[in-house]
Amino acid sequence: MRSKVMAATLSVLALTSMAACGGGSGSSSDAIDAKGPVKVWLSNNPEEIAWGKAMVKKWNAANPDELVTAQEIPAGTTSEEVIGAAITAGNAPCLVFNTAPAAVPQFEKQGGLVPLDSFQGGAAYVESRTGSAAEQYKSPDGQYYQIPWKSNPVMIFYNKDIMKKAGIDPENPPLATYDEFLATSSTVVESGAAKAAIWPAPTSEFFQSWFDFYPLYAAETGGTQMIEDDKATFDSDAGKQVADFWATLYSEGLAPKEAASGDAFADGDSAMSVVGPWAVAVYGDSVDWGVTPVPTSAGTSPDETYTFSDAKNIAIYSACENQGTAWDLLKFATSEEQDGKLLEMTGQMPLRENLESTYSDYFKQNPDYTLFADQASRTVEVPNVPNSIAIWQAFRDEYSSAVIFGKTPVDEALTKAADKATELAGQS
Amino acid sequence: MTSETKVVDKPRPAVARRRPGRLLGLQPLGIVFAAPYAVFLAAVFAYPLGLAVWISFHDYFFAAPGAQVARPFVGLENYKTVLSDPAVRRSFLNVGKFLVINVPLTVVLSLVLASMLNTVLRARAFLRVSYYIPYVTASVALVAVWLFLFGMDGMVNQLLGPLAPDPSWLVNSGLAMPVVALFVTWKQLGFFILLYLAALQNVPKELYEAASVDGATSYRAFMNVTVPGVRPATVLVVILATITGANLFTEPYLLTNGGGPDGASTSPVFVMYQKGIEQGTPDVAAAIGVILVIAVLLISLINRRLLESD
Repeated sequence: MRSKVMAATLSVLALTSMAACGGGSGSSSDAIDAKGPVKVWLSNNPEEIAWGKAMVKKWNAANPDELVTAQEIPAGTTSEEVIGAAITAGNAPCLVFNTAPAAVPQFEKQGGLVPLDSFQGGAAYVESRTGSAAEQYKSPDGQYYQIPWKSNPVMIFYNKDIMKKAGIDPENPPLATYDEFLATSSTVVESGAAKAAIWPAPTSEFFQSWFDFYPLYAAETGGTQMIEDDKATFDSDAGKQVADFWATLYSEGLAPKEAASGDAFADGDSAMSVVGPWAVAVYGDSVDWGVTPVPTSAGTSPDETYTFSDAKNIAIYSACENQGTAWDLLKFATSEEQDGKLLEMTGQMPLRENLESTYSDYFKQNPDYTLFADQASRTVEVPNVPNSIAIWQAFRDEYSSAVIFGKTPVDEALTKAADKATELAGQS
Repeated sequence: MTSETKVVDKPRPAVARRRPGRLLGLQPLGIVFAAPYAVFLAAVFAYPLGLAVWISFHDYFFAAPGAQVARPFVGLENYKTVLSDPAVRRSFLNVGKFLVINVPLTVVLSLVLASMLNTVLRARAFLRVSYYIPYVTASVALVAVWLFLFGMDGMVNQLLGPLAPDPSWLVNSGLAMPVVALFVTWKQLGFFILLYLAALQNVPKELYEAASVDGATSYRAFMNVTVPGVRPATVLVVILATITGANLFTEPYLLTNGGGPDGASTSPVFVMYQKGIEQGTPDVAAAIGVILVIAVLLISLINRRLLESD
């Protein structure tokens, strides 16, 4: 009986087993200058792996005494969970080329990250490469625990064939204002051209709001983060307008409340999709697509429209023994040359000032990416505050209830989420 | 050799003879055989459970080895946080609904199917394996099949036509948890059928013969012979179904996309995952875990008392 009942505690045990992994040696101050072999983790995106391997090969050829070993982030539910577990176990690599800004406060609290300011000219390097946009990535203690690496500025992709079928001008569909967007969406669905006008994931994972509410909120507010000065900003007219817009899409059946079983945009089930520049390569030949900035209530001019950056950054982890080499490698991997190769091989936008002029040849040859490059200069990042993920989860829960399922009034949900977010942001 | 014999023959005081017996039992060698499992239990179950309880009373988070972090004692603070969190309360309520559907359904279906399988003479092995396949198949694969069945455009809705629920099954607050309960019941049925099949072999055939002689119908024989005859197995099935049900995680995570719609199918273990792993508050997650363990213990004890009493 006792052993059977104990089986019920498996979940507790799994959790505590992680806790039990603690112990062992931490990083020392000598590690900052130490040189030698290092290990890095890459995202499991095939294009990024190809870039990463080429970059590492070039480094290794030039630095035979400081060899780099690269591998994909080990499989897990999310990269952040895997990295968090590796920090706890003390076996995190030196660099992870897929560090989510939302997870940085947690990794920092765990003692898992090395402030880049510790290295000679660290902060200056970050700021000279990214410009004023780097400020968003600074931690509350004023230090950089991540280098802004690349962004996937979020825009709206639309299927020209579906628009045409619905009797809408496929080259210039009216999608700039909320009214236009809703009218176009109604036309698409009522005409039977597609099952859904747009199909963002209506699920409750903390990060899903980055691809529905947040890009539009960034656009509506002209670049305001969800939390500023430790206070939630979205319990406002702008926040309500964005939430009401999405609530209308759901309540009128223009956006389904159930997750798509596949890629709704690729399958022609949805006329539009919220995407980053990665979509150019993914849908390039299979869908006749067009791209437009996210809508605002007033129809903000595209060259003034903000959006969510969907950035992935690079951080140096405290378990690294040769942090001197890690810092040199980080600078090498984010050099103008390597950023150019990243752009060429992945289509993702290096978080670098003057992106378009720096790689003007590339954008001339690849005009599909020009709009994304322009948009990359006006992006908003997730706020770098304590309890970042708990804040996003609290927001998502209230958003799901009010906006997707219409169970609670939108005003009430935003106020509740804002109170919770402010409380969490104020905790250390 | 002679001296050894003398020692054995020499009468020893009673106290001296009993002490080793008290400490090591009548078969001291048994301890050696039991020790590996005892060590396993201590290392894999007892120590982490104790640590979980300790964590739940501290301001605890996972930290890098060597990181200087304070983990002060916070008393019942984590329990207060947990009990005042509507999401946690709702998850316990959800799993309560799940158990109310899942446990009785599991007991009834597995007993009925086991009894039927016990009487089948042809294709018995095939049928037994058929019921067991879902149990040994990965949930991820089975969830895909159920999504195909119960999705918005799934087979069930196509068959029901205008009678299909709106919102659909998996995004309907009232139906999501029953669908999850049905899925888990179906998936685990094979295991519980095997338990009952084993128990049925121990029900004396003479009882059925006596019932037949007394003119009992099949239904009467089932109710008056089979059901009482497999009562110990029923206790086991109820307790195991309760324990596994209380640890519900995979199904709300995959089938209803993270406990949806709007938290209608979250479970305590799913909230533990969110708090402990995603949000970096293992102290709060541990408090949920401790409450869950106590709740499952209590439910299991009550079930046992009720089912074992005449």
